[in-house]
Amino acid sequence: MTSHDENAEPMISVEGFRAAYEGNVVLENVNFNVGKGEVFVILGGSGCGKSTLLKHMIGLYRPDAGVIRLFGEDLWAATGSDRRRLLRKIGVAYQSGALFGSMDLLSNTRLPLEESTDLPMSAMNLIAAMKLRIVGLSGFEGHYPNEISGGMKKRAALARALALDPGIVFLDEPSAGLDPITSASLDQLILRLAESLSVTFVIVTHELASIFTIASRVIMLDKQRKTIVAEGDPRKLRDESQDEWVRSFFQRKEAEVVE
Amino acid sequence: MPDKSTEKATLRQGELKTDEVLIHLEGAFTTATTGAIWEEAVKLAARTDSMDVVLDLSGVDTMDGAGVGLLAELHRSVEKRGGELRLIGLSKECESLLTVFQFQDVRAPDLTKKKRPLAVEVGVATVDGFRVARATVSFLGELTVGLFRAGLRPRSIRWRDMMVVAEKCGANALPIVSLLGFLIGLIIAYQSADLLLDFGVEVYVADMVGISMLRELGPIMAAIMLAARSGSAFAAEIGTMKVNEEVDALTTMGLDPIQFLAVPRMVAGVLVTPLLTIFCTVAGVLGGAVVAVASLDLSFVFYADRLMNSVSLSDLLSGLFKSVFFGILIAAVGCQMGLRTKGSPSAVGDSATSAVVAGIMLVIVADGVFAVLFSFLGIF
Ligand SMILES: Nc1ncnc2c1ncn2[C@@H]1O[C@H](COP(=O)(O)OP(=O)(O)O)[C@@H](O)[C@H]1O
Ligand SMILES: [Mg+2]
Repeated sequence: MTSHDENAEPMISVEGFRAAYEGNVVLENVNFNVGKGEVFVILGGSGCGKSTLLKHMIGLYRPDAGVIRLFGEDLWAATGSDRRRLLRKIGVAYQSGALFGSMDLLSNTRLPLEESTDLPMSAMNLIAAMKLRIVGLSGFEGHYPNEISGGMKKRAALARALALDPGIVFLDEPSAGLDPITSASLDQLILRLAESLSVTFVIVTHELASIFTIASRVIMLDKQRKTIVAEGDPRKLRDESQDEWVRSFFQRKEAEVVE
Repeated sequence: MPDKSTEKATLRQGELKTDEVLIHLEGAFTTATTGAIWEEAVKLAARTDSMDVVLDLSGVDTMDGAGVGLLAELHRSVEKRGGELRLIGLSKECESLLTVFQFQDVRAPDLTKKKRPLAVEVGVATVDGFRVARATVSFLGELTVGLFRAGLRPRSIRWRDMMVVAEKCGANALPIVSLLGFLIGLIIAYQSADLLLDFGVEVYVADMVGISMLRELGPIMAAIMLAARSGSAFAAEIGTMKVNEEVDALTTMGLDPIQFLAVPRMVAGVLVTPLLTIFCTVAGVLGGAVVAVASLDLSFVFYADRLMNSVSLSDLLSGLFKSVFFGILIAAVGCQMGLRTKGSPSAVGDSATSAVVAGIMLVIVADGVFAVLFSFLGIF
């Protein structure tokens, strides 16, 4: 598993975080840190606020209370160009892919480069093609999103998230809808990026096989308690958690996977 | 943490031997910095006077995918001219970066669109043209069959959908269509007021506004408004459903897209267009009345009386008859453009545009045909 240095400054720190929609609290009193090169997985039943947490972490919504820091900086304290500079250092792949339908995959992947670098066009094409290659999409540069399958869209979204070589990558259910082989190769890619390039990953996923392969740490959210109910190494939680529900979450699901 | 904004990528040419050149890369080679030296590096590596290139990476502090891209580009260009690229002084980080991004296999994407010779282009365009024509004919056929079936079994029409469409393209359009008609009537009367006064025949303003609104402008303006508001909406709605595979879903559920999507819109279009035409016409006549009263010193009663004498029932019927056809044309074109939408979201926009353009064109052509037909047959 990826090691992480407890003393180093965390890449992400969440302190006293609370999220609410029109006064309805979804999450509260959420605290955690994510270190450099960690693969941090957010778990929980559906509707417990995983996407909500993710959207707050990438600065789409403002926390109801508490502070979220990326690279030690509060997104909501930074303004204008500082905020943009900070956002450029993170990559996000949305659950649906959110590819631009009027652009082919190469243009989709190249867009972040066009917007924030001064690389010549040929260089951007080369780099974008390289990113598509590592997610296993070489040969599909000229395809449009509606011409590829759902799993390919997910991978293209990952390629686009990686376009600017971000320090933190956020993925919402990256392997849902992928075949087991592609899913495993995606896991390997995530591990390689995390281990050899120290890219930090924050991933929402339900694939237990994937969690046990890639996660260096997980947190588990609960809809009733509206906060983190378990945190740590997924294997430890599966075997040793005091919480019946947490143990069964891993074991029951794992039984299904093994079967 | 070093401040990223001050980091820079630099190239320094080192020792130049007869058969190889040494280039030192120093600083940061990231997406932020590599752009500044990309062209320079490529030029340096493309020099033909020294065959091999040795890149010394020992001075590189940080590197990311952009740096790997640069190395790959240099690698490719040196190999292309028969030389060899060697990397020395790689840090461990650089090495793993090269492995992760599969440096050896990085290739520029093949962007060349296959160019076809002119003759082939012409041939393909011709065949495409025939295909579109055939698709249009078969669509019209299917639509006719669909409408016929609906006519035989009126219960099979989705009346609820039809009412929603009728409200959107009929009731909701009344204010704007009335305003348009009113302004048109006003403008015609106003523009001709001076001329009529010169000849002392200002009483004819009622004839002119009445006949032109009833026979031509009422139906045409209502139809143009329908094309702009609703033809485009039909194409966009159905086009979006097509792009989202909703139309495919209908087909696999055993529902005919024509019956399900096109027929209610056609029926609504046919029903509301005459109504819109009546509103447009009446508003236009009222617009003429305003000018007659305000600048021609005619009384409203006189204007109305004159109008009654000058226009006939056949003027009204010819206008309404045409408007039914215009409604059919616009709704059919809108639905067809929607169902023809292929691929991406931008295709939906294209479909909406062509629905409006083709709808208005067809209306005007049809209007001309009707003019000839009516006079030839001596009706209306
Ligand atoms: N935009 C929104 N407005 C109001 N409530 C929302 C909104 N988005 C999510 N919620 C609510 O917040 C809760 C958590 O949602 P979400 O974060 O999407 O869950 P998860 O991703 O874990 O399935 C749910 O109860 C959901 O109904
Ligand atoms: Mg979610």
